[in-house]
Amino acid sequence: MAKGLGREPGPVPGIVKAEGADPLFKTGDEIKISMRFPIGHFRTPNYIRGKRGLIEAVIEPPAINNEDEGFGRNAGVKRHYYRIAIPLSELWPGYTGSRNDGLRIEVFETWLERS
Amino acid sequence: MSSHAQAHTSAPDAGGAMPSYYEIMETAVRELLVEKKVIGAGEIRQMLEVMDTRTPALGSKIVARAWVDPEFRARLLANGRATLEELGIDFFEDTQLIVLENTDRVHNLIVCTLCSCYPREILGLPPDWYKMRPYRARAVKEPRAVLAEFGTVIPDNVEIRVSDSTAMIRYLVLPQRPPGTENFTEEQLASLVTRDAMIGVVKPNIPAAKEKSQ
Repeated sequence: MAKGLGREPGPVPGIVKAEGADPLFKTGDEIKISMRFPIGHFRTPNYIRGKRGLIEAVIEPPAINNEDEGFGRNAGVKRHYYRIAIPLSELWPGYTGSRNDGLRIEVFETWLERS
Repeated sequence: MSSHAQAHTSAPDAGGAMPSYYEIMETAVRELLVEKKVIGAGEIRQMLEVMDTRTPALGSKIVARAWVDPEFRARLLANGRATLEELGIDFFEDTQLIVLENTDRVHNLIVCTLCSCYPREILGLPPDWYKMRPYRARAVKEPRAVLAEFGTVIPDNVEIRVSDSTAMIRYLVLPQRPPGTENFTEEQLASLVTRDAMIGVVKPNIPAAKEKSQ
């Protein structure tokens, strides 16, 4: 008997997703947070800009770009947030705690660069 | 009438002080939004009613359930929001929930450096210190010193993970079940889990050792 649609594990091939693009980064990728200082309130705090880290997880579902959303524009292509791991010693050169101590933070795709 | 007499005629708790700049701004924006029919006046009241049902007691029950039910715990760690929605706990807007499990090797702490993002759906309103700059600035810079001020000393061989909630993710710390609670009921376990333990600044209460300073 032919396998029916939806009975096979995994996604059905050839489907264009309504929620938009596939993530550009994957778990384990080395990244750098963009060193940009646009005017306004963004969800990428200053203290992580220009710092290096790792993608710990891709956060689903994709979301509207908060840089637009913050200014009342609620339409447009959705992209992913990522859970980023950054060692505290990378953030604070004089950090005196354990070398393993780290930050986890969600960062929108447009703020990430390949490292 | 003298100002002295006036002081006695107004109720002491009726808010004699002038509203602050931000209180006036909040009132003006709220009235504008209602006037322009962006929101209804009832929606604000309704949201307050929702918030009144969300307190740390809800979070404590979730933690206790995760301690006694390994299957629930696994699903909670895999997808916090979907698992809690099954229990009828709905979420505000598009926020996701990541549940952070404390282990012998990892201690989790949550903060919102930008403002006051907090798992309000399950813990209610955040404590004042969580919203104030000293905690927000220091939690990501010197978490061990901050924890020590809460009386929580984490050994150096335990990794500290500070999760900064900045956009669509909210966090809940799943503390370690205290030793000596093997025979506790789920209800008794829930009573050990405080709000601060679910933020990660303290560990759950240890029942028998309460009088000893831990």
